[in-house]
Amino acid sequence: MAAAAEASELGLSVTIIDEQPRAGGQIYRDVDKVSPSRAPILGTDYTDGKRLTESLRQSGIEYLPGAVVWAIEDQFRIMYTCEGRGAQIQADRILLATGALERPMPIPGWTLPGVMTAGAGQILLKQSGVVAKKSVLVGSGPLLYLIAAQMVRAGTPPVAMIETQTRSDLGRALWHVGGALRGWRYIMKGLKMLAEITLARVPRYSGASDIAIEGDDAAKAVTFIYKGRERRIDCDIVFLHHGVVPNPQASRSLRISHNWNAAQQSFVPKLDEWGQSDVAGVFIAGDGAGIGGAKAAEQAGRLAVLKIAEDSALLSTQDRDLKAAPLRRELGRELAARPFLDTAYPPYIAALTPDDNTTICRCEEVTAGEIRGYAKLGCLGPNQTKAFGRAGMGPCQGRYCGLTVTALLADANRQSPDETGYYRIRAPLKPVTLGELAAMDDMVQNSAE
Amino acid sequence: MKHVLTFLELESGPRVDVTWDGTALSLPEGSNLAAAMLAAGVGVFRHTPVSKAPRSPFCMMGTCFDCLVEIDGVTRQACMVEVTEGMVISQPQELGGQVNEM
Amino acid sequence: METDYVIIGGGVVGLSVAWGLLRRGLTVTVLDGDDGSFRASRGNFGLVWVQSKGMNEPRYARWSQQSAAIWADFADEVADNTGKTIPLEQNGGLDLHFSEETLHATLEKYEKLKTQLDGDYPYEVLGHNALRKSEPHIGPKVVGAILHHQDGHANPLKLLVALAADVRRLGGRVLTGKIVTAVTKPDTFHISCADGTFFSSNKVVLSAGLGAAQLGPKMGFKTPVRPQRGQVLITEKLPKLINRPSLIARQVDEGGIQIGATNEEVGLDDRVTQPGLSGLAAEAIAAYPALARAQLVRSWGALRILSPDGLPIYQESAELPGAFLVTCHSGITLAAAHARLLPDWLEGNDAAPNLEVFSETRFDVS
Repeated sequence: MAAAAEASELGLSVTIIDEQPRAGGQIYRDVDKVSPSRAPILGTDYTDGKRLTESLRQSGIEYLPGAVVWAIEDQFRIMYTCEGRGAQIQADRILLATGALERPMPIPGWTLPGVMTAGAGQILLKQSGVVAKKSVLVGSGPLLYLIAAQMVRAGTPPVAMIETQTRSDLGRALWHVGGALRGWRYIMKGLKMLAEITLARVPRYSGASDIAIEGDDAAKAVTFIYKGRERRIDCDIVFLHHGVVPNPQASRSLRISHNWNAAQQSFVPKLDEWGQSDVAGVFIAGDGAGIGGAKAAEQAGRLAVLKIAEDSALLSTQDRDLKAAPLRRELGRELAARPFLDTAYPPYIAALTPDDNTTICRCEEVTAGEIRGYAKLGCLGPNQTKAFGRAGMGPCQGRYCGLTVTALLADANRQSPDETGYYRIRAPLKPVTLGELAAMDDMVQNSAE
Repeated sequence: MKHVLTFLELESGPRVDVTWDGTALSLPEGSNLAAAMLAAGVGVFRHTPVSKAPRSPFCMMGTCFDCLVEIDGVTRQACMVEVTEGMVISQPQELGGQVNEM
Repeated sequence: METDYVIIGGGVVGLSVAWGLLRRGLTVTVLDGDDGSFRASRGNFGLVWVQSKGMNEPRYARWSQQSAAIWADFADEVADNTGKTIPLEQNGGLDLHFSEETLHATLEKYEKLKTQLDGDYPYEVLGHNALRKSEPHIGPKVVGAILHHQDGHANPLKLLVALAADVRRLGGRVLTGKIVTAVTKPDTFHISCADGTFFSSNKVVLSAGLGAAQLGPKMGFKTPVRPQRGQVLITEKLPKLINRPSLIARQVDEGGIQIGATNEEVGLDDRVTQPGLSGLAAEAIAAYPALARAQLVRSWGALRILSPDGLPIYQESAELPGAFLVTCHSGITLAAAHARLLPDWLEGNDAAPNLEVFSETRFDVS
């Protein structure tokens, strides 16, 4: 949204293709629709999103809601479906702002009904005002505290927080505290949320291990080891979270190069200082370019647009750099707390390379043990295990098993994640009916930059 | 069907009638279908074609495909659909009872 | 380490040949590529198919028939050895027609081939109504079909996995991530790889699909193979909708409907395109209208390995005797022949099938 507003101001013609029915993305989901009674629960960081949705309405931007992109082809034709009909649009440049996914957290029982991502819990609250009555939060990271605090405010605090980070993670993170002080606002917010959670007497189990979810047809309890003792906590709903990772589907389908980022434990697209990828004309801003958060995404989006405006001769190089300087300063401030957060709240290791019996591909129900077996049959990369055992072939297209398969194969073959690689992503990025596809033969084409 | 209410709706608004697997449900008009079904006590949205394991919404953002349902004959992600009057919703038809006849 | 055979290429073709050699007590090393290699074995359509093959070369039709006839037995053995099932259905296959003209033109060719094969070409014509009895979802635009009783389809990926497991179980050495850069024959064969490793053997089989195009000429082969792209679609898993497979669509054992395939001369570009996918979707809907509401879940482009006349090439190198080129675009259909019959030809014994017509000499300019 920020990029579109900036682009429109600079005289570029812009179309936003948004899968959601209303603007806001996941962070500011349905911010224009939220009821006054729920706004205090969600906090001002959320309602701040109205600033962006309003700028969208004021500028002459074409906004296509409910438009699901299923393919992007050369130079650039973007195929999407909207209200059951296929359509396509032509563009000179693309800014991918496809954000993040929650890092897959394969632990025993994570496919049971009643187990959701923490982000899902937050979306239920933001969009629908629906809260879980008896839930447990499992994992690590700032988002876990945010949703816990929001649940406290909503009057339905979680039964417990089972946290996987340890004291030594925090100890290591303190090395980064100098940098984090530049991002002190985030640290203060974190402390305030923790205070709210403590006040509500939500039990916290930090450094938990051996976490599993029990239940036959639905989640019934979470078991884990805390301070050397086995624990069991009854619940109906489990919210999982151990960080977010870039949503790689669109950028991978365009065959943009990606590199492994050890600090973020994920692949990130290779971009220049303006967010342009090695596929000329394709820019990426926001969490899809590497996790930085919503405010950083705004700055990155604006920077990409400055470069696009310069390329389109709407801005001189000098003006571009002049406008870019404050954005870069702001971006630096926004990212300052990242190293601290990445170190203090690392992913839950047992969910990065799970036990043999744990399902890692939710769609095709493939276990970690099966992937290790395919490595023994000579599979070096995830595209081979996909052919051998169907992991990544289901409707989610590997979104929730890709990183796990790479990690398992890298581990089994003693190769780096970069050497191991990732799934080839191809159309459809989202399912499209054959009828919609067949009707695409005679299409009216729009044009945008 | 089990109707254990594990979720709570914080607000109430106008509701419309829809059909879920042959039974009537009353859901908030224009709300997110997956959220509305969860709040109405629907615990299982589908059974997987591979092992028939029960599933329900996981990501709520259109990426996991665990909330797939059939709406008016087409398989859709419930978390990407808004509730409208008279929707006919059912578990997606997957491969019949026996596995792998080929 | 020295082995009887080094097989260059660990796809279905290479593994089938390796499996057959191992079963005869020979020692085999298979050198396979990496995760990014073009791999027809994981992109193909999965038909075990006889009809329409070898219309101008009855020997090819016969070779396909021979393989189809022993396919089930071969698959059963691999499955029994490994405990991995290889779904196979050989209840006939359909060639669907949307016009009487194309149907009759095809029938004329089939009749001619049937005579050349001494009558062993069991097919029948189904008019629209007869077809509807066995395929209730067939659309009104389909005027009829040719049902060939020797056709069928398999799960090609499960064949690949089972073969990979059984080749290892039989003592085959399969090494992955190996890009062969040179093959020489000072006395025995000397095979060098890009990673600095090398291998020696008494004989070499080059079955590297498109990878053979670079290596083949260095080993004395013409290797006139080119890529031809086939885009393929697969839908969500659906209840039983299609009984017999056709070249347009088949329902795989996991439940998805597989739709294929384009024939495009685009070099080594294995991407999918919207026009390609839309065209295939439209044809599939014309054949089975109910598919209009099915969701497309995956698509891919795979590169066929085609010789100028589309037939396989089986050739021993004149320059490096003991080196063999084995390449074809029907690695699934011919898997059983490659596993059970081709080893005799490689070993040069009395039971060797006559593969004269598949030699590269057919491409000599005369």
